[in-house]
Amino acid sequence: MIKVQNVRKSFGDLEVLKGIDLEVQKGEVLSVIGGSGSGKSTLLYCINAIEKIQGGKIFVDDIDVHAKATNKDKLRQKLGMVFQQWNSFPHMTVLENVALGPQVVKKIAKEEAIEIARKELEHVGLGDKFDVYPTKMSGGQQQRLAIARALAMKPDYMLFDEVTSALDPELVGEVLDTLRLLREDGMTMICVTHEIAFAREVSDQVAFFNQGVIDEIGRPEQVISNPQKETTQSFLSKVLS
Amino acid sequence: MNYEFHWNVVFQKMPELLQGAFVTLHVSVLSMVLGIVIAVFLAIAKMNNKPPFNYMASTWIEIARNTPALFQIYMAYFGLGAFGIHLSPYMAVLCALVFINAGYLAETFRGGFQSIPDAQYNASKSLGMTNFQTYRYIILPQMFRRIYHPMTNQFVWAILMSSLGILVGMNELSGETQRFQSLSFRTLEFFMVTAVLYYIITKFVLLSAALISKRLFRGEI
Amino acid sequence: MGGLFTPLSWNDTGFILTGIMNTILISGVSIFIGTALGVMVGFARAESNKVVNFCLGSVLDVLRSVPLIIQLILFSTFMGVMGSPLPPFVAGTIVLSLYTMAFMGEVFRGGFESVQNSMIVASRSLGMTYWQTIRYVRFPIGLRSVFPAWLGVALSVIKDSALVSVIGFMELLRTSEQLISRTQQPLEILIGVGIFYFLISYPLSLYGRRVERKNAA
Repeated sequence: MIKVQNVRKSFGDLEVLKGIDLEVQKGEVLSVIGGSGSGKSTLLYCINAIEKIQGGKIFVDDIDVHAKATNKDKLRQKLGMVFQQWNSFPHMTVLENVALGPQVVKKIAKEEAIEIARKELEHVGLGDKFDVYPTKMSGGQQQRLAIARALAMKPDYMLFDEVTSALDPELVGEVLDTLRLLREDGMTMICVTHEIAFAREVSDQVAFFNQGVIDEIGRPEQVISNPQKETTQSFLSKVLS
Repeated sequence: MNYEFHWNVVFQKMPELLQGAFVTLHVSVLSMVLGIVIAVFLAIAKMNNKPPFNYMASTWIEIARNTPALFQIYMAYFGLGAFGIHLSPYMAVLCALVFINAGYLAETFRGGFQSIPDAQYNASKSLGMTNFQTYRYIILPQMFRRIYHPMTNQFVWAILMSSLGILVGMNELSGETQRFQSLSFRTLEFFMVTAVLYYIITKFVLLSAALISKRLFRGEI
Repeated sequence: MGGLFTPLSWNDTGFILTGIMNTILISGVSIFIGTALGVMVGFARAESNKVVNFCLGSVLDVLRSVPLIIQLILFSTFMGVMGSPLPPFVAGTIVLSLYTMAFMGEVFRGGFESVQNSMIVASRSLGMTYWQTIRYVRFPIGLRSVFPAWLGVALSVIKDSALVSVIGFMELLRTSEQLISRTQQPLEILIGVGIFYFLISYPLSLYGRRVERKNAA
């Protein structure tokens, strides 16, 4: 379970998260929607301890993420993360990209790590790209590579940071299909996304972020199909029109 | 043209010239090795932004980049004498080349390091890698590719500039050439052969560097 | 006084100034000629076929792969034995200009090749002739983008001009060398020389870096 309690985060004088509360149960999918600069992506970085927080607490399986004593590298093994700009490692082949984590972080034997990498790559439909270098692939393929790379660490949770925003429109579908696949596998996920239809389809919960606070959170039928707040309504009418 | 070329004198001295070429390579390689080590510290000091080390690093870097190599060599050979430090020609040239290499390479390293996007660091950390692992497997390998070519150029530069040893009587290729031509008065022949030797040395270095990079770096950045 | 060595005095000012002027003169002239030749060579390399490119490239390659000091000695000796020795300034300028050209050629070639084909197509589609395209599109765009690199080469030429002292040209470093042997005050004189080069080179390199950053942004 991921628990976020009254989290505050500032960059200098700019407060981007102003007391965020939410909970994601095992097996649940939470989608976070909202305008740019609303703090959605920052929340993911805070859950993953890449960014520090100034107030509140975040728990992952009852581990206090930002406590001094917490081994953050160890913690991140539980949390897979996929970025907007995919961030594949350009100096390694596709297979090496995926095998690196298990091999180096989990100290799994090389052959075994490569076996894991093969399986994950086949799972996301990159079974024919093992020895290709990432820069030779399309954005959609690189994004699926990034997903496989995160999955190879056998994380308990997956964090997706606007994974389709930087993609050409015709490549969005293949990445969303991969996310649907994960949903069917029962993966616990937090998806920061602009794909409203997708969010409605796969989510158990949808949270609408507006200027550093959650204006509305609940079932997708409610937040997306029947929003109560005016801010939510106006945001949705803009993105859905 | 009424000049008669006499090549025999030159070829008789070939072993000595090759010995000089060896000293040229020797001093250049050493100046690179020491220069790289110092450059790492200079680059770190400058990036860390902690006084007084960042100022010391900047001063070193800017002096090395903005004064002639010959000036550095004269400083090492004649200037240090004022402090009672008397360097041999070899040491003077080595010190000057190390000083300059370190200055240029520090900027190369800094630029290479800063050219790696933060996103690569974040992606690596998100896999659960420690800081050490992140640098070892993600940051430094990518940085090394980007600085490899400038480093090769710096090495060639050091080989060419070590020829200034001629002015302080060093026994590298140019200095040896100078010595033999003054004994035989076949200046033109000697320096033509030396020019060819330099050309071969630099081509050899560049070719090896290209072959190595082909084996070392696959994929693209 | 009256000994073998006499200390530095105000009487040496003129001598030092001559050295400074000569350094500036030979650097300036060589950078000017080298740039002009470099533009031509660079354009030729960006435009021409493989054979021309290979021949031109090989010549430039030799100029870049043989130490400048060897080139200087070779050329002035060569002119000497050919029976038409040149004054140090002329010989130095010729060698330094060609040396500059070798580096500038690559700089400008990169500049010309960086002009996107779409711009050339666009200007041709406006009805411009081949030469008009060169005059109004490729040259201005190609030349502007390489300014920081050009400045980098120019600065290294100023520093490398110190080597012309070896064929007897009285530039700054050679005048100071003579002062050193007379006064036996190497440290003071050398530091002065260093400061002179630094004061010319450092501000220009800062400016170059600023332009580069602005271009990148």
